[in-house]
Amino acid sequence: MSERSILEVSPSLADRYGVTDPALQSIEATINGEPWFLQTSPEFALKRLLSLGSGDIYSLAKAFRSDEVGRWHRPEFTMLEWYRCGFDHHDLMTEVEQLVRYCWSDAPAIERLSHSDLFDDILGFDSLCVSESCLVEAAHALGYSGPCERDKGWLLDLLWVLAIEPAIKDRAFFVYDFPIEQAALARASVVFGVPRAHRFELVINGLELANGFWELTDPVEQERRFREDNTKRRAMGLGEVQADPRLLEALKRGLPECAGVALGVDRLLALASGLSSLNELDPFAD
Amino acid sequence: MANYSTNEFRPGLKVMLDGEPCSILDNEFVKPGKGQAFNRVKLRNLSSGRVWERTFKSGESLEGADVMDYTMEYLYTDGEFYYFMDPNTFEQHQADKKAVGDTYLWLKEQDSCEVTLYNGTPLSVTPANFVELEIVETDPGLKGDTAQGGSKPARLTTGAVVKVPLFITQGEVIKVDTRSGEYVARASKS
Repeated sequence: MSERSILEVSPSLADRYGVTDPALQSIEATINGEPWFLQTSPEFALKRLLSLGSGDIYSLAKAFRSDEVGRWHRPEFTMLEWYRCGFDHHDLMTEVEQLVRYCWSDAPAIERLSHSDLFDDILGFDSLCVSESCLVEAAHALGYSGPCERDKGWLLDLLWVLAIEPAIKDRAFFVYDFPIEQAALARASVVFGVPRAHRFELVINGLELANGFWELTDPVEQERRFREDNTKRRAMGLGEVQADPRLLEALKRGLPECAGVALGVDRLLALASGLSSLNELDPFAD
Repeated sequence: MANYSTNEFRPGLKVMLDGEPCSILDNEFVKPGKGQAFNRVKLRNLSSGRVWERTFKSGESLEGADVMDYTMEYLYTDGEFYYFMDPNTFEQHQADKKAVGDTYLWLKEQDSCEVTLYNGTPLSVTPANFVELEIVETDPGLKGDTAQGGSKPARLTTGAVVKVPLFITQGEVIKVDTRSGEYVARASKS
């Protein structure tokens, strides 16, 4: 990072605001009798700095997520997150690959394919255009008999677990340009009438190592996504989360054109060391 | 019975799935990036013995199954049912051929074995890891051949056929590993 003049910053791990994303649950901490939140990522803090003209920055710190415990999930993990001004998501994928090779010299060759090509290869349909009912049908055909939510993002996640992940156990790739329902904080564009989100993930042996965005800079769209998140949270029976007003202020002030990515450092080190769980990496694990 | 949520699924937990009692073998938490959480679960159907793999939405729950394992004494069979006794309560349970399956090959009267009860009825029977059974039929032993190499089939009182060394003779009692069906050693005759 220092070779490339990317400045290290160290945002607070506990903050007054949590995150609205319905798939992320913050761990709450009581501070002076008030509910605070351990941060699920440093994203909002880093974007506030970017809007103040920091230029390229990174953070290497713990991130916290409630309800995530498993072979490859721990409620506390190490995240490397960085932002590059003037980059788009393709430029940043190149840099992520360089960093992975720097840490893991015999990492496998990494392909690049679009989300719609990945789904088309394995399931035979285009993930950008496919209808919800088609996804439900595909899940049933794969033997899934549980409840299906009528939500395209949810159904795409289900099919990832049922069909994609088992089929990519020995592959390494960047998958980019996600269906708009899975945009998260990525900017979107419309190509031949079909919207797509400029988000990417690095997936090696079925494991997600990094998630990046060509960042959304539009405060109006950001506010709309926050509201949509809370509508989903209500529908799912989760508590609403107050959106962080300082992020919206930052976008209004003006976020530079940039791409950002978060990389799971523990997962990368576990894979590079040939381990098969995060616990094996941790001398303090039970 | 209580309900168990996916985060309580542990190997050995007995739950009902599609109306069948199952034992959980493995529970893997899976969550696509920025996505919904699911659990990929392997279960053994305790009636059929088959292994099922199912994906559940995290937080879904299954009803617990009234399935318990008991150590019981095997009493006898009347040809249709097999009878077992709980040595603590002296209560007797009859198991049908489906529940006993191939385990009948290793059942000797008065031996202990594990009986799995589902809603109070035997669902399956697991023999002890090692049993001692008498040979009722095998080719004559070769005198002096106590070295390794060579084996022959021997039929036991239960009908099981196991491979034994050539020096073993009819009427001897041998120790067998029921998990592999293999001869372990000669046993002292009881």
